[in-house]
Amino acid sequence: MIFLFYLLSAIMIFCALLVVFSKNPINNVIYLILCFIAMAGHYILLNAQFLAVVHIIVYTGAIMVLFLFVIMLLNLNKAIIIRKSTVTRISAVVTGGIFFLVLLAATRQTFEIKAKYPFNSEIGLVSGIGKTLFGEFLLPFEISSILFISAMVGAMMFGKKDA
Amino acid sequence: MKELSSAIQLIPLENYIFLSVALFSIGMMGVLFRRNTIAILMCLELMFNSVNLLLTAFSAYHSDPSGQVFVFFIMIVAAAEVAVGLSIVVMMKRNVDSIDINLLNRLKW
Repeated sequence: MIFLFYLLSAIMIFCALLVVFSKNPINNVIYLILCFIAMAGHYILLNAQFLAVVHIIVYTGAIMVLFLFVIMLLNLNKAIIIRKSTVTRISAVVTGGIFFLVLLAATRQTFEIKAKYPFNSEIGLVSGIGKTLFGEFLLPFEISSILFISAMVGAMMFGKKDA
Repeated sequence: MKELSSAIQLIPLENYIFLSVALFSIGMMGVLFRRNTIAILMCLELMFNSVNLLLTAFSAYHSDPSGQVFVFFIMIVAAAEVAVGLSIVVMMKRNVDSIDINLLNRLKW
Protein backbone atom coordinates (compact mmCIF):
# COMPACT_ATOMS: atom_id res chain seq x y z
CA MET A 1 0.00 0.00 0.00
CA ILE A 2 2.75 2.40 0.92
CA PHE A 3 4.56 1.38 -2.26
CA LEU A 4 1.53 2.46 -4.30
CA PHE A 5 1.51 5.77 -2.46
CA TYR A 6 5.15 6.44 -3.30
CA LEU A 7 4.71 5.36 -6.92
CA LEU A 8 1.70 7.66 -7.47
CA SER A 9 3.43 10.52 -5.65
CA ALA A 10 6.54 10.17 -7.80
CA ILE A 11 4.43 10.22 -10.97
CA MET A 12 2.55 13.28 -9.72
CA ILE A 13 5.64 15.29 -8.75
CA PHE A 14 7.44 14.37 -11.99
CA CYS A 15 4.47 15.34 -14.15
CA ALA A 16 3.89 18.55 -12.19
CA LEU A 17 7.52 19.58 -12.72
CA LEU A 18 7.17 18.84 -16.42
CA VAL A 19 4.00 20.98 -16.54
CA VAL A 20 6.05 23.89 -15.26
CA PHE A 21 9.22 23.36 -17.29
CA SER A 22 7.99 21.95 -20.60
CA LYS A 23 7.61 24.58 -23.31
CA ASN A 24 5.00 23.17 -25.68
CA PRO A 25 1.44 23.92 -24.42
CA ILE A 26 0.11 20.62 -25.75
CA ASN A 27 2.75 18.72 -23.75
CA ASN A 28 1.79 20.77 -20.69
CA VAL A 29 -1.81 19.64 -21.01
CA ILE A 30 -0.83 15.99 -21.51
CA TYR A 31 1.42 16.01 -18.45
CA LEU A 32 -1.28 17.71 -16.39
CA ILE A 33 -3.73 14.98 -17.45
CA LEU A 34 -1.20 12.32 -16.33
CA CYS A 35 -0.83 14.15 -13.03
CA PHE A 36 -4.61 14.19 -12.56
CA ILE A 37 -4.92 10.48 -13.34
CA ALA A 38 -2.31 9.77 -10.66
CA MET A 39 -4.34 11.96 -8.33
CA ALA A 40 -7.45 9.87 -9.06
CA GLY A 41 -5.36 6.88 -7.97
CA HIS A 42 -4.64 8.70 -4.73
CA TYR A 43 -8.36 9.26 -4.22
CA ILE A 44 -8.99 5.54 -4.69
CA LEU A 45 -6.21 4.81 -2.18
CA LEU A 46 -8.00 7.12 0.26
CA ASN A 47 -11.23 5.16 -0.27
CA ALA A 48 -12.96 8.12 -1.93
CA GLN A 49 -14.35 6.41 -5.01
CA PHE A 50 -16.94 9.05 -5.79
CA LEU A 51 -14.32 11.80 -5.83
CA ALA A 52 -12.03 9.69 -8.02
CA VAL A 53 -14.74 9.24 -10.64
CA VAL A 54 -15.82 12.89 -10.49
CA HIS A 55 -12.19 13.97 -10.73
CA ILE A 56 -11.62 11.92 -13.87
CA ILE A 57 -14.88 13.13 -15.45
CA VAL A 58 -14.63 16.80 -14.51
CA TYR A 59 -10.90 17.45 -14.73
CA THR A 60 -9.47 15.16 -17.37
CA GLY A 61 -12.75 14.89 -19.23
CA ALA A 62 -13.99 18.46 -19.25
CA ILE A 63 -11.47 21.00 -18.03
CA MET A 64 -8.38 19.68 -19.78
CA VAL A 65 -10.33 19.14 -23.01
CA LEU A 66 -11.40 22.78 -22.71
CA PHE A 67 -7.73 23.74 -22.39
CA LEU A 68 -6.87 21.65 -25.45
CA PHE A 69 -9.70 23.23 -27.43
CA VAL A 70 -8.53 26.73 -26.61
CA ILE A 71 -4.90 25.89 -27.44
CA MET A 72 -5.89 24.44 -30.81
CA LEU A 73 -8.45 27.17 -31.49
CA LEU A 74 -5.88 29.90 -30.92
CA ASN A 75 -3.26 27.93 -32.88
CA LEU A 76 -0.78 27.94 -30.01
CA ASN A 77 0.36 24.38 -30.48
CA LYS A 78 3.83 25.32 -31.63
CA ALA A 79 6.31 25.98 -28.84
CA ILE A 80 6.19 29.71 -28.33
CA ILE A 81 9.37 31.12 -26.91
CA ILE A 82 8.10 33.78 -24.58
CA ARG A 83 10.09 33.42 -21.44
CA LYS A 84 10.87 35.69 -18.58
CA SER A 85 14.32 37.05 -17.97
CA THR A 86 16.83 34.74 -16.31
CA VAL A 87 16.75 36.70 -13.05
CA THR A 88 12.97 36.38 -12.80
CA ARG A 89 13.09 32.66 -13.54
CA ILE A 90 15.82 31.95 -11.01
CA SER A 91 13.99 33.99 -8.39
CA ALA A 92 10.77 32.13 -9.17
CA VAL A 93 12.48 28.79 -8.53
CA VAL A 94 14.10 30.11 -5.35
CA THR A 95 10.77 31.50 -4.13
CA GLY A 96 9.03 28.20 -4.76
CA GLY A 97 11.77 26.29 -2.94
CA ILE A 98 11.75 28.61 0.05
CA PHE A 99 7.95 28.46 0.22
CA PHE A 100 8.16 24.67 0.21
CA LEU A 101 10.74 24.65 3.00
CA VAL A 102 8.74 27.09 5.13
CA LEU A 103 5.52 25.09 4.80
CA LEU A 104 7.42 21.88 5.49
CA ALA A 105 9.02 23.32 8.63
CA ALA A 106 5.67 24.70 9.78
CA THR A 107 3.91 21.36 9.38
CA ARG A 108 6.70 19.43 11.07
CA GLN A 109 6.14 21.40 14.26
CA THR A 110 2.45 20.54 14.54
CA PHE A 111 1.04 18.32 17.23
CA GLU A 112 0.08 14.77 16.52
CA ILE A 113 -3.23 14.41 14.68
CA LYS A 114 -5.79 12.10 16.23
CA ALA A 115 -8.68 10.71 14.21
CA LYS A 116 -11.93 12.42 15.15
CA TYR A 117 -14.40 9.62 14.47
CA PRO A 118 -13.92 5.84 14.46
CA PHE A 119 -12.95 4.46 11.10
CA ASN A 120 -15.82 4.12 8.66
CA SER A 121 -15.21 2.83 5.15
CA GLU A 122 -18.58 4.08 3.84
CA ILE A 123 -17.94 7.82 3.81
CA GLY A 124 -16.30 8.05 0.39
CA LEU A 125 -19.04 6.18 -1.42
CA VAL A 126 -21.86 7.84 -3.29
CA SER A 127 -24.41 7.29 -0.52
CA GLY A 128 -22.21 8.84 2.18
CA ILE A 129 -21.32 11.89 0.09
CA GLY A 130 -24.90 12.25 -1.13
CA LYS A 131 -26.39 12.24 2.37
CA THR A 132 -24.05 15.00 3.46
CA LEU A 133 -24.38 16.98 0.24
CA PHE A 134 -28.18 16.99 0.18
CA GLY A 135 -28.58 17.32 3.93
CA GLU A 136 -26.09 19.59 5.58
CA PHE A 137 -24.81 21.33 2.43
CA LEU A 138 -28.04 21.69 0.47
CA LEU A 139 -28.07 25.51 0.40
CA PRO A 140 -24.45 25.89 -0.88
CA PHE A 141 -25.21 23.23 -3.48
CA GLU A 142 -28.17 25.21 -4.79
CA ILE A 143 -26.25 28.48 -4.68
CA SER A 144 -23.48 26.95 -6.78
CA SER A 145 -25.97 26.81 -9.66
CA ILE A 146 -26.11 30.63 -9.52
CA LEU A 147 -22.31 30.64 -9.70
CA PHE A 148 -22.44 28.45 -12.80
CA ILE A 149 -25.03 30.67 -14.49
CA SER A 150 -22.98 33.78 -13.79
CA ALA A 151 -19.80 32.07 -15.05
CA MET A 152 -21.63 31.04 -18.22
CA VAL A 153 -22.96 34.54 -18.81
CA GLY A 154 -19.51 35.98 -18.11
CA ALA A 155 -17.83 33.62 -20.56
CA MET A 156 -20.34 34.58 -23.25
CA MET A 157 -19.81 38.28 -22.50
CA PHE A 158 -16.06 37.88 -22.93
CA GLY A 159 -16.51 35.76 -26.02
CA LYS A 160 -18.60 38.32 -27.91
CA LYS A 161 -16.87 39.99 -30.84
CA ASP A 162 -17.51 43.64 -29.94
CA ALA A 163 -17.37 43.41 -26.15
CA MET B 1 -12.91 -4.80 1.39
CA LYS B 2 -12.68 -4.18 5.11
CA GLU B 3 -9.04 -5.28 5.31
CA LEU B 4 -8.22 -3.20 2.25
CA SER B 5 -9.82 -0.10 3.75
CA SER B 6 -8.13 -0.43 7.10
CA ALA B 7 -4.79 -0.96 5.37
CA ILE B 8 -5.29 2.43 3.73
CA GLN B 9 -5.00 4.18 7.05
CA LEU B 10 -1.53 2.74 7.44
CA ILE B 11 -0.22 5.51 5.20
CA PRO B 12 0.72 8.28 7.64
CA LEU B 13 -1.11 11.55 7.25
CA GLU B 14 2.24 13.38 7.18
CA ASN B 15 2.98 11.84 3.78
CA TYR B 16 -0.11 13.46 2.31
CA ILE B 17 0.76 16.80 3.92
CA PHE B 18 4.25 16.69 2.40
CA LEU B 19 2.94 15.65 -1.01
CA SER B 20 0.38 18.41 -1.20
CA VAL B 21 2.84 21.02 0.12
CA ALA B 22 5.24 19.97 -2.65
CA LEU B 23 2.53 20.17 -5.30
CA PHE B 24 1.37 23.56 -4.07
CA SER B 25 4.94 24.88 -4.18
CA ILE B 26 5.43 23.55 -7.70
CA GLY B 27 2.21 25.24 -8.78
CA MET B 28 3.23 28.53 -7.19
CA MET B 29 6.64 28.29 -8.81
CA GLY B 30 4.94 27.74 -12.16
CA VAL B 31 2.74 30.81 -11.73
CA LEU B 32 5.84 32.90 -11.11
CA PHE B 33 7.92 31.12 -13.75
CA ARG B 34 5.75 31.09 -16.86
CA ARG B 35 4.58 33.95 -19.06
CA ASN B 36 2.14 31.93 -21.13
CA THR B 37 -1.32 32.72 -19.71
CA ILE B 38 -2.66 29.22 -20.43
CA ALA B 39 0.31 27.67 -18.60
CA ILE B 40 -0.38 29.95 -15.63
CA LEU B 41 -4.00 28.74 -15.57
CA MET B 42 -2.74 25.16 -15.63
CA CYS B 43 -0.46 25.82 -12.67
CA LEU B 44 -3.47 27.28 -10.85
CA GLU B 45 -5.25 23.98 -11.44
CA LEU B 46 -2.26 22.21 -9.92
CA MET B 47 -2.56 24.33 -6.77
CA PHE B 48 -6.31 23.71 -6.57
CA ASN B 49 -5.69 19.98 -6.78
CA SER B 50 -3.05 19.88 -4.09
CA VAL B 51 -5.56 21.47 -1.71
CA ASN B 52 -8.22 19.00 -2.85
CA LEU B 53 -5.91 16.08 -2.10
CA LEU B 54 -5.15 17.37 1.39
CA LEU B 55 -8.86 17.91 2.17
CA THR B 56 -9.64 14.39 1.00
CA ALA B 57 -6.80 12.92 3.03
CA PHE B 58 -7.99 14.62 6.22
CA SER B 59 -11.59 13.68 5.48
CA ALA B 60 -10.70 10.02 4.98
CA TYR B 61 -8.50 10.03 8.06
CA HIS B 62 -11.15 11.56 10.32
CA SER B 63 -14.00 9.59 8.65
CA ASP B 64 -15.90 12.83 8.15
CA PRO B 65 -17.62 13.22 4.76
CA SER B 66 -17.82 17.05 4.96
CA GLY B 67 -14.27 17.37 3.64
CA GLN B 68 -15.08 15.42 0.50
CA VAL B 69 -18.20 17.52 -0.07
CA PHE B 70 -15.95 20.55 0.20
CA VAL B 71 -13.68 19.08 -2.49
CA PHE B 72 -16.77 18.74 -4.65
CA PHE B 73 -17.51 22.46 -4.19
CA ILE B 74 -13.91 23.36 -5.00
CA MET B 75 -14.25 21.40 -8.24
CA ILE B 76 -17.40 23.41 -9.06
CA VAL B 77 -15.58 26.69 -8.47
CA ALA B 78 -12.57 25.48 -10.50
CA ALA B 79 -14.79 24.59 -13.46
CA ALA B 80 -16.40 28.05 -13.42
CA GLU B 81 -13.00 29.71 -13.01
CA VAL B 82 -11.52 27.83 -15.98
CA ALA B 83 -14.46 28.75 -18.22
CA VAL B 84 -14.12 32.45 -17.44
CA GLY B 85 -10.30 32.40 -17.50
CA LEU B 86 -10.07 30.70 -20.87
CA SER B 87 -12.59 33.12 -22.37
CA ILE B 88 -10.39 35.95 -21.05
CA VAL B 89 -7.43 34.27 -22.81
CA VAL B 90 -9.41 34.07 -26.05
CA MET B 91 -10.36 37.75 -25.77
CA MET B 92 -6.74 38.68 -25.04
CA LYS B 93 -5.52 36.75 -28.09
CA ARG B 94 -8.13 38.48 -30.21
CA ASN B 95 -7.33 41.99 -28.97
CA VAL B 96 -3.54 42.03 -28.66
CA ASP B 97 -2.69 38.89 -30.70
CA SER B 98 -0.57 37.35 -27.97
CA ILE B 99 -1.07 35.45 -24.74
CA ASP B 100 1.97 36.93 -23.02
CA ILE B 101 0.95 37.84 -19.47
CA ASN B 102 3.30 40.84 -19.48
CA LEU B 103 1.08 42.58 -22.01
CA LEU B 104 -1.51 42.88 -19.27
CA ASN B 105 0.78 44.97 -17.09
CA ARG B 106 -1.41 48.02 -17.52
CA LEU B 107 -3.81 46.36 -15.09
CA LYS B 108 -1.30 47.25 -12.39
CA TRP B 109 -2.35 50.86 -12.23
